[in-house]
Amino acid sequence: MEGRKIKIALTGNPNVGKTTLFNALTGSRQHVGNWPGVTVEKKSGRVSYKDYDIEVIDLPGTYSLTAYSMDEIVARDFIIEEKPDIVIQVVDASNLERNLYLTTQLMELGSEILIVLNMCDIAEERGDRIYIEKMEELLATPVIRTVASQKKGICDLLDRVIEQKEIQQHHGHEIGYGTEIEDKILEIEKVLAEDETRDTRYPLRWISIRLLEGDSNVREKISKSPVYDRVMQIIDSIDQEEYEAEIADKRYLAINTVFPQMCTRANDKLTKSDMIDRVLTNKYLGIPIFLALMWGAFELTFAFATPFMDMIDLASTWFAEYVSSSLQPAWLASLVGDGIIGGVGAVLVFVPNIFILFFLLSLLEGSGYLARAAFIMDKLMYKIGMHGKSFIPMLMGFGCNVPAIMAARSIEDEKDRLITILVVPFVSCGARLPIYVLFAGTFFGRQAGTVIFGMYVLGIVIAIISAKILRTTVVRGKPAPFIMELPPYRVPTLKTSFIHMWDNGFMYIKKAGTIILVGVVVIWALASFPWGVQYGSENSYVGLLGHAVEPLLKPLGFDWKISVALIFGLVAKEIVVASMGVLYGAGDNSNVLSDRLIADSGMTALTSLSLMAFSLLYMPCVATVGVIRKETGSWKWTLFAIFYGIIVAWITAFTIYKGGVLLGY
Amino acid sequence: MSEDHETTLDTLKPGEKARITKVRVKGTARRKLMDMGMVAGTEIELVRNAPLGDPMDYNIKGYHLSIRKEEAKQIFINKL
Ligand SMILES: Nc1nc2c(ncn2[C@@H]2O[C@H](COP(=O)(O)OP(=O)(O)O)[C@@H](O)[C@H]2O)c(=O)[nH]1
Ligand SMILES: [Mg+2]
Repeated sequence: MEGRKIKIALTGNPNVGKTTLFNALTGSRQHVGNWPGVTVEKKSGRVSYKDYDIEVIDLPGTYSLTAYSMDEIVARDFIIEEKPDIVIQVVDASNLERNLYLTTQLMELGSEILIVLNMCDIAEERGDRIYIEKMEELLATPVIRTVASQKKGICDLLDRVIEQKEIQQHHGHEIGYGTEIEDKILEIEKVLAEDETRDTRYPLRWISIRLLEGDSNVREKISKSPVYDRVMQIIDSIDQEEYEAEIADKRYLAINTVFPQMCTRANDKLTKSDMIDRVLTNKYLGIPIFLALMWGAFELTFAFATPFMDMIDLASTWFAEYVSSSLQPAWLASLVGDGIIGGVGAVLVFVPNIFILFFLLSLLEGSGYLARAAFIMDKLMYKIGMHGKSFIPMLMGFGCNVPAIMAARSIEDEKDRLITILVVPFVSCGARLPIYVLFAGTFFGRQAGTVIFGMYVLGIVIAIISAKILRTTVVRGKPAPFIMELPPYRVPTLKTSFIHMWDNGFMYIKKAGTIILVGVVVIWALASFPWGVQYGSENSYVGLLGHAVEPLLKPLGFDWKISVALIFGLVAKEIVVASMGVLYGAGDNSNVLSDRLIADSGMTALTSLSLMAFSLLYMPCVATVGVIRKETGSWKWTLFAIFYGIIVAWITAFTIYKGGVLLGY
Repeated sequence: MSEDHETTLDTLKPGEKARITKVRVKGTARRKLMDMGMVAGTEIELVRNAPLGDPMDYNIKGYHLSIRKEEAKQIFINKL
């Protein structure tokens, strides 16, 4: 039975428990996607309650509704343009004052508001007292207490949503900004009202205030209006900065007059969170603890992922063989077996890693430590032209570049984010290790460990140099200012972390899947045609291609075989090893391969070093290319990442090879 | 005792409190700082520096806000 429909939107500051509430409301009935045209995540879900079918949209968490970030623009455009029946602001009861700032802005938008007072357990434990009735009266909105992490107050909230939808009485509440500003607001409103073609969804008062505050996004919205020039005349006559400060001032003043009446805060005694911070961000202990935590996270990732990776590997090998032997005609069997299942399997092997990394990231975020990580690392990152928030994504890159690039979403500033996305591929991921193990093991004997370590360092150095270069060329400017809340430490909800892991892991499979599939099929076709040649051999197209690019790679010490292996490595870098096995007729026996590599006079320690460096740096694997495309939303930057990588790899390998030759190796 | 001596926010020592008098930061950072509660008249306390010395962790309006020295230098205060 179709119930009556209600559409509600969740807003609120970051870290107030919005996601937890959303999950408590919608359970598994949710959908994750993107807002059209931007890379901000859009989550929506459904609840059936009593006779109602309630649609819940989780808006991005913001402190304000100015045009500071894409998140804020997305949130306010949704509220204005989609007109949800009720806008629910989730408020942190233990941090009421700052949370109310957003409330003042929501009221100006003219939306039907309902306030959820979350984290009531923390406020109570601390001894704060909040007078709900007084609050409802002063703000003229319903206020409901919840503890989202324990699912307390959810039914109460739904009842009030329905009730409010049925009464449909709107009480507007406005902040007065003082005579001078109010006069200007009126003046602008009058001019704007003359335009009969205007978008009536936008309240005139709101537009006027936003213009006085210098909101470029709103300015653009009215730029086609016939009254635009006249409005701008008024705006240009004022001291913008002065007005901006005055308006923010007045909002906080309004809050300050009502705040003491609805809440008494316990004495400022040291909270548990403050005590934890004394240790975790301590001058001497902060960095060692941070490093230990990160190291632990990696150990955990590999310990958990390895059995799953082995299973996927076994399953895909078995499945590929089964399909190859039972499908007809032969080319189809090869396409499905060698190409699709083999190739996709090689990429799927990293899915456990990706899932676990997302899970840990979500735990870090929910606990409040993610913000501390940025706080601790910002100074170092700033020195290399990046933001503190870029550190964790880059670190995740050692596990797998894919979740690392997706984790860069938490960086608000577009340029900071783009640079992070572009340099993460230089961080040596797990898939590159087998290449080092083979070549360093074969050619460097007891020094193998040092060589492998050197590759990791090389990746980091190249990433840092690239960040510097990008900052002075294509992504010019300084890193965005570091203005960040350090939220109180909290016990993360496992459910939230599981959902986060699932959503992101699944999104990766879905979105990168197409690109991976196309990549895999193209490589298969190159390796199999002209039909009849041995798969991936010298006479196949990939062999011909290997010969064709050989002159380009000759200066690096590579012959056509290495070129072919590198082409295969585009699917996933660890495939370089497997295809060397095929080309040297060693199958997957690594000892035989080692012997044959040593026997090959074209392969020396120097060539192998040059090859390791090249494999580390040359274009990202197809899965990474897929997420770069998705996260930047631009083919231009995706192509840039590819070609930049190839050029950097070439120069580095060339330097190593020619340098070595000059030194007489 | 309040001392009528205007300085900038970066000179505050851990545990010291002050009242903000003017925010001279420019650009989008200004907007963001104001949205986060950095307006004239507000009380602010330095809790600690990051382990590497920068950024700083301040207590303002009952929560922790962290900014770099670079911005703190452009925020004027009266020490309390
Ligand atoms: N004590 C307590 N913790 C909560 C409550 N609601 C959420 N949390 C925790 O607060 C942290 C942040 O929650 P989250 O939903 O991710 O916040 P968001 O940033 O607003 O989406 C998580 O660790 C949650 O487990 C609550 O009502 N009480
Ligand atoms: Mg959230």
